[in-house]
Amino acid sequence: MKIIIAGCGKIGVSVLASLAQEGHDVTAIDDDSSVISELTNVYDVMGVCGNAVDCDTLMEAGAADCGMFVAMTDSDELNMLSCFLAGKMGAQNTIARIRNPEYNDSSLGFMRQHLELSMAINPELRAANELYNILKFPSALKIETFSRRNLEMIEFKLSDESDLVGKTLIDIRKKYDAKFLICCVQRDDDVFIPSGNFTLQAGDKIGLTASQAEMQKLLKMLNSLRRQAKNILILGGSKTAYYLAKMCEASGSTVKIIEQDEARCLELTSLLPSATIIHGNGAEQELLMEEGLASCDAFVALTGMDEENILLSVFANMQNVPKTVVKINRDELVWLARKIGIESVVSPREITSNILVQYARALENSSGSAAVETLYKLFDGKAEALEFIVKTESKLTGVMLKDISLKPNILIGGIMRGRKTIIPSGVDMILPGDRVIVISSGNRLNDISDILK
Amino acid sequence: MNRKMVFHICGQMLLIEAALMVLPLITALIYGESCALAILATIGIAIVLGAAIMLASRPDDTVIYSREGFVITALTWVEFSAVGALPFVLAGEIPSYIDAFFETVSGFTTTGASILRNVEVMSKGLLFWRSFTHWVGGMGILVLVMAVLPMTTDRSIHIMRAEMPGPIIGKLVPRVRQTAKILYIIYIALTLVEIILLLCGGMNLFEASVHAFGTAGTGGFGVKSDSITSYSPFIQWVMTAFMMIFAVNFNLYYLILIKRFKAAFSSDELWAYLGIVVTSVLLVSVNIAPLYATVEETVRKAAFQVLSIISTSGFATADFNLWPQFSKSILFALMLLGGCAGSTGGGLKVSRAIMLFKSGRRELKKMLHPRSVSAVRFEGKTVDDKTISSVGVYFAFFAAIQLLAFILISFEPFDFETKITSVVACFNNVGPGLGAVGPSGSYADYSAFSKLVLSVAMLFGRLEIYPVIFLLSPSVWFKKR
Repeated sequence: MKIIIAGCGKIGVSVLASLAQEGHDVTAIDDDSSVISELTNVYDVMGVCGNAVDCDTLMEAGAADCGMFVAMTDSDELNMLSCFLAGKMGAQNTIARIRNPEYNDSSLGFMRQHLELSMAINPELRAANELYNILKFPSALKIETFSRRNLEMIEFKLSDESDLVGKTLIDIRKKYDAKFLICCVQRDDDVFIPSGNFTLQAGDKIGLTASQAEMQKLLKMLNSLRRQAKNILILGGSKTAYYLAKMCEASGSTVKIIEQDEARCLELTSLLPSATIIHGNGAEQELLMEEGLASCDAFVALTGMDEENILLSVFANMQNVPKTVVKINRDELVWLARKIGIESVVSPREITSNILVQYARALENSSGSAAVETLYKLFDGKAEALEFIVKTESKLTGVMLKDISLKPNILIGGIMRGRKTIIPSGVDMILPGDRVIVISSGNRLNDISDILK
Repeated sequence: MNRKMVFHICGQMLLIEAALMVLPLITALIYGESCALAILATIGIAIVLGAAIMLASRPDDTVIYSREGFVITALTWVEFSAVGALPFVLAGEIPSYIDAFFETVSGFTTTGASILRNVEVMSKGLLFWRSFTHWVGGMGILVLVMAVLPMTTDRSIHIMRAEMPGPIIGKLVPRVRQTAKILYIIYIALTLVEIILLLCGGMNLFEASVHAFGTAGTGGFGVKSDSITSYSPFIQWVMTAFMMIFAVNFNLYYLILIKRFKAAFSSDELWAYLGIVVTSVLLVSVNIAPLYATVEETVRKAAFQVLSIISTSGFATADFNLWPQFSKSILFALMLLGGCAGSTGGGLKVSRAIMLFKSGRRELKKMLHPRSVSAVRFEGKTVDDKTISSVGVYFAFFAAIQLLAFILISFEPFDFETKITSVVACFNNVGPGLGAVGPSGSYADYSAFSKLVLSVAMLFGRLEIYPVIFLLSPSVWFKKR
């Protein structure tokens, strides 16, 4: 599909990289010629240097016949305008990054409708959502919800004393009377889709699916349930911090935000009347201790500097804060942070590019018999969970799962039938109309029939 | 440097060359010539050698950067020439390997400089191969491979940049592979049209395709000692037109194909190129008018020679060695200039000349008005200073390397004119020069050493200098201690 990306800042480039990787024909627009020449050097994309609201530039980039137009410039208004123009020229789908909280309330629907946007994307809000999910289940490193929250997948790391260590998956299944499935395991840098006789080890990171209702019960059984973080310290008063604080307050937690800029502090006090806003430099350990770092339930580092975020969470870990979460924007630092023991990482960039990759795949496959509905990247993109809606009868439907031969490294992680969530075993089957979650590593799936051998 | 990847791709390339040799093999078989055996043997050698290199260097890591791109390009051209020379030696038609190497480099680089004194005694299969190398080398060996095969790396833009002529490489569509395909489709289509027109002019299929290959790649190998002189005026006009067409930036043809006429015809480079062509034809026509009987003949000879030289083809319909000095000087200047960027022509390229001229003008203005601010504009856009300075640096290398080659061959027993035009004609991929290497002469009398120097000069010219420099510099190959 032809895709145009206008605005190649940090998020723009990461979106561009993942879309080009997916095999789309990507054209980048940016007004900085050095950015364009750098991009065309590294990625197999075409670059157009110019203003994304200038019709000539849009024409040159081929807006008239592109399948997807993504506006990712710094300015919300520019994004809206260039999407609108591209749409009028003939771009089939337009996506704008709109992150100003003022636009992200009730007015968003109206704007979207009248600017004819296919999607408005707010990376900060999405990041805040993910952060909130993690704080809700502090034992998990990451939580994905599938299919309108009916099915959840949590990622967590097995500690030395975990009951699961040293057992095969068959044993685990026999021992616990709960409906769940261990879908993927990361050991060091390799990701496996485990079979029944796979033995878990301490230090493995596992991804586990269960219905939302079962998840609490299950975690209790595994002795790894920790209560929701109630007392949260946020470093940096960015937009993400604002969205996160709002969500946490709504669920009854208390929030303290440390921000360097005085004007921003004042702004935040009026936006978040019940939160405690501290004006000061969060990099000072003295200040952190004074503001009760040692006694908080969770520490969230959200400053604009990845390095600062990483270092301060190392400090928080040393103070035995039960849960630290870090925002890291640069992919290469995520890996480094893991190496020094920081496990919960949220990257707005990654979240945004995943959403767009998934959107592009869904667009491409909307004609197939069972299209990719949504796509989730697991374990830093080493595995994927895909949600399909099975529309018609096929070779897959009406056959017991144990009789279907799947490609290696593929697993069916869940089936949603109406309001019922099925954690599948060998005797279950897929019926037309089901939503199916497929977990895969190393395969590129476009249609559910691709999972067959 | 990712040496394994470099050798792996170079190994692959030899297999490609083996595949390309099937066409001349078929030609040789049709004419029932014994050179078929030599070609077949070469195909075998290429396959064995290529497969061995590929197996010996399985890459662990397929990432390549610009340095690998440059080196892959240069190595591929060298090995293509080295292996491509074998059929001439094996068939015994060019006994000396150095001579055969010179001839093949001259083919792939679309130079058209020849060491053969009498082309007409050569077998048809080998003549076909000789001209086919022009066609392959014209648009680029690696560009061809990119169009046909899925490359093992997604950073193939580095390779394309190293091979395509011109200061700035514009992609037509987002994917390198797609771009390469479009370029080759245009190239093939234009070649076919020319073959058909030449057939209409009374050539047989063999001659038509050989000459079409020569024009398309702007090479210049023919099948007769007097080049095109004895063919009909119609054929001469057709070839004139196509030499003009193939020296224009191919991106413009794509713009015309997708109906963006305005963008295509507002190209500064195109108009400058056409302006230079028309002016040169007029000046030469006036200058040589006393030599020919009719106006048509005068203009035809002038136009053919001017386009043959500016497109860096090197076909001839007249021995311009015998023309007045003024015409020869103009042709010599055109040799250095060459065609447009992104075409199959060689030389400095019109776009670089424009930028040099404009930045020179800006410098002069700056001297008069030290505080004036002005930008160099080209193709409707402001050219950034980085591009300007890189064009300046290119020009410096361009001059320095030709000078160096000239000094290296200076002990040869020829006159000054012969030697300087040999270097210029080889480096700029024109082919025939003036004096003893003029249209009716040949490079046969040069020593083996000079032939090697001139071969390297041709590679320098075709690959636009940098790839060959990197191939020859140890710091690219070895880690610094």
